[in-house]
Amino acid sequence: MSTRTVIHVEGVEKSYKDLHVLQGVSFDVSAGTIFALLGSNGAGKTTLVRILSTLTKPDAGVASVNGFDVVTQSAQVRDSVSLTGQFAAVDDILTGRENLVLVAQLRHVANAQKVANDLLERFALSDAGGRRVLTYSGGMRRRLDIAMSLIGNAPVIFLDEPTSGLDPLARHEVWTAIRELAEHGTTVLLTTQHLDEAERLADRIGVLHQGRIIVNGTLAELKLLLPPTRVEYVEKLPTLEEVFLTLVGALADVGERRE
Amino acid sequence: MTTHFVHDTCVLLRRSLRHVSRSLDTVITTTIMPIAFMLLFVYVFGGAISSGTTSYVNYLLPGILLITVASGVSYTAFRLFLDMKSGIFERFHSMPISRSSVLWAHVLTSLVANLVSLTVVVLVAVLLGFRSAAGVTAYFAVAGLLVLFTLALTWIAVIPGLTAQSPDGVSAFSYPLVFLPFVSSAFVPTRTMPAAVRAFAQHQPVTSVVNAMRDLLTRQPVGSSVWIAAAWLLGVLVVAYAGAILTYRRRIS
Repeated sequence: MSTRTVIHVEGVEKSYKDLHVLQGVSFDVSAGTIFALLGSNGAGKTTLVRILSTLTKPDAGVASVNGFDVVTQSAQVRDSVSLTGQFAAVDDILTGRENLVLVAQLRHVANAQKVANDLLERFALSDAGGRRVLTYSGGMRRRLDIAMSLIGNAPVIFLDEPTSGLDPLARHEVWTAIRELAEHGTTVLLTTQHLDEAERLADRIGVLHQGRIIVNGTLAELKLLLPPTRVEYVEKLPTLEEVFLTLVGALADVGERRE
Repeated sequence: MTTHFVHDTCVLLRRSLRHVSRSLDTVITTTIMPIAFMLLFVYVFGGAISSGTTSYVNYLLPGILLITVASGVSYTAFRLFLDMKSGIFERFHSMPISRSSVLWAHVLTSLVANLVSLTVVVLVAVLLGFRSAAGVTAYFAVAGLLVLFTLALTWIAVIPGLTAQSPDGVSAFSYPLVFLPFVSSAFVPTRTMPAAVRAFAQHQPVTSVVNAMRDLLTRQPVGSSVWIAAAWLLGVLVVAYAGAILTYRRRIS
């Protein structure tokens, strides 16, 4: 794994009137890794993603993506990133396939139809591809949303709360897709408020709290921050999620897909 | 970048035209009000209004066409509002495309949708007895004025489309535009109005646009009226465009 820094954030500040959302945020993300930005609602995760995807400008500090400054080289940054927003920004009136073709054409990808069909296949949307997105379930919309951001093979992908509002089954599908991305060398910046999501996916985790990154490290490093482990005998009961997934037969499905 | 702009605008234009063609009810809805006004004026008020011409439908069609556009652009604002709210506007902005093509696609869609509505209204007017002996040049001049009028109102509509907070607010801006033709020479000659109202009616753009179109369609000597109308429309267009671009810059920074 390369250690080239793909996302560099240093001393970034951003205020909306009297609200100091970001108060000097700094972190780096290496190529081909998954970095999870963990924080509660209103911690500033979305603001940071908006700055990194050139949708808004920082008040102070510097940020670069793929070596390009987000303020002075915003066009090159947009060429390097793909954004999946917190609220699935898909076109309800178009069909799933038309959504994919639209993005492919805007990204000047050759053979847009084939790219669209391949992605529909990969995200188990082939049957629904000809239907308007209005008729999709939450999980299908989110899968389409992620599929749209894969078009053009951007080296960096921002996923802003990719699993919010999804049922456990759909969450597993999204997680699988994210893992595949990183395996193919894509750098992923993920924001989440679900601790288990960060724990399952991320190579490194940054905790954003009150406008600052208060902790940044691997899961193992983060766990060391707490008092050392004591060995206890605990009867392991299945979690409700495990029960649910077993009942709906999902664990088997997800396992199959991963292989 | 210019090739990008043309290509991206075409792709996005195709998208929003699909929106229009898949919700044809919006195009139909925008023609219902002007057609209802036309029926009302021709069959209810028409007998009592002496317009000085033989056919009242000939007299009132220019004003009706302007009302059609005024009610049509409220859907332009609405479509833009939906794109802002849904987040797809931001998705486009985070992509390596020509950013201004996102707005231009909406503007061109508005032009196409309004031309469809105008055609429907003209066809109904023909059924009601509208006839014109105007030549090809005159027809082109009328079409040109309507295109300018649509573009001017569309750029006005972009502003609420970008800034509105609710779907109700976004279409409210078009009400004054719809009623402007009533205080003009569109339905009755201005000479019977009280002095203050008459002063307003005679010096607002709708009157000069309506008079120019009426002169063109009835083969009257048009004189300077066409140029005054075109100057009004270009002026409004430039101001509306500047206002819309300013709003857009504020909205995305």
